[in-house]
Amino acid sequence: MVKLKVNGEEREADAPAGRLLLDFLRYDLGLTGSKEGCGVGVCGACTVLVDGELHASCITLAVAVEGSEVTTVEGIADADGRLHPVQQAFIDHGGFQCGICTPGQVIAAKALLDFNPQPTEDEIKHWMMGNLCRCTGYYGIINSVAAARDTGNRS
Amino acid sequence: MFDFEFHNPSSLDDALQMLERYGDDARLMAGGTALVLQMKQRFAQPAHVIGLRPLAAFSPEPAEGGGLGAVEETGGAIRIGSLCTLRRLEDHPLLRARIPLLAETVSRVATRRIRSMATIGGGLVNGDPNQDPPPALIALGASVELTSPSGTRICPVEELFIDYYETDARPGEVLTAVNVPMPEGDTCGAYLKFLPRTAEDYATVSVAAVVSRNPDNTCRDVRIALGAVGMTPVRARAAENILRGQELTEDAVRAAAATVPDAVDPLDDFRGSADYKREMAGVFTRRAVLQALSPSGSSTIPSPSGRGLG
Repeated sequence: MVKLKVNGEEREADAPAGRLLLDFLRYDLGLTGSKEGCGVGVCGACTVLVDGELHASCITLAVAVEGSEVTTVEGIADADGRLHPVQQAFIDHGGFQCGICTPGQVIAAKALLDFNPQPTEDEIKHWMMGNLCRCTGYYGIINSVAAARDTGNRS
Repeated sequence: MFDFEFHNPSSLDDALQMLERYGDDARLMAGGTALVLQMKQRFAQPAHVIGLRPLAAFSPEPAEGGGLGAVEETGGAIRIGSLCTLRRLEDHPLLRARIPLLAETVSRVATRRIRSMATIGGGLVNGDPNQDPPPALIALGASVELTSPSGTRICPVEELFIDYYETDARPGEVLTAVNVPMPEGDTCGAYLKFLPRTAEDYATVSVAAVVSRNPDNTCRDVRIALGAVGMTPVRARAAENILRGQELTEDAVRAAAATVPDAVDPLDDFRGSADYKREMAGVFTRRAVLQALSPSGSSTIPSPSGRGLG
């Protein structure tokens, strides 16, 4: 049995020691927002927060983070459904094309604004470097993060 | 993934006992960025994985963490708990103030996401010769603490690497801390990472240089170490010997760097041919030493005179 606190809720499921956090979220808990891209920690599509820190869930064992708080893209909107400013900014400023990388981009951007609420454009580019977009929609992504910064962000 | 048993030790002693019990069937896991990949690719198939994360005693706050993840000043050195993540190191005020070369170096590893998972000790025992921290730690004269049930021994980082992915960490030992002496006097450093492909890649070659100067601009001491140029990180002793005691002119640095291609033994791979890397090792050594000596160098160590604060 693997027990994790996911998006504020205690969750558990019967899973072997080798279950990756990404697979645990998607297949055991049904949280399919986080995506598998490269599977080797490089592309960022599977990015989640573990105790507030960016993690590649495709190379994290679920059992290894038992007792930690995991935040996925499903867990950052308000309880009443109001989107996180980063999510709203990605919609308003065309921060995605095909959308596969978007959950990882959104989590990475939220982590940036939690860490540094007023990043410069260079700081945004440097931070977001670890999240690849195969549609190459990078200008839209950078504009979206900058817009979320400017509308004021909350964690 | 294949079947194995996962263990959460409650203390370092607990982890050491597990290592003793399971022997060669066990692998320690710190951040897991290397081990989980190796397991996914079947390069490693341990029957037992001992997860060390609980020993780091990290919580979302405070930023520093405790346990085996603590960072503290201890009489002329900074002692870094082996489970401190690279992300915590790059942001750590003490390290940034006292040994910015190391903070800067760890900030060049992969991406922020990987640095939030990977630990300083886990990377060292992985023994991958392409990593960024080892050359900087060797140039800074750092050592590691290796703890076993019979006690703790100290091993210079330079002597830790024995062969490709092979270190002097022996069966039953846990790497528990890295001690980095704080540079004394007029000492400057630089770490250069040659990245012709993408910004988050491993280096094609990398060079760390730490230079101490006398008031007459002669070289009091120098340590130069390279990554990604052989089976282990490589110290450029011939180049150091040319510089030590000499006036630190550009010509002297050039002559020293010219010895480096013969001191390295790189592998051919998609980051470049062995011959190309050999030549670049010389070029980047020259640039690293000159950057260390330049007052505007960004990867410098503060000195009492303020020079090199960048």
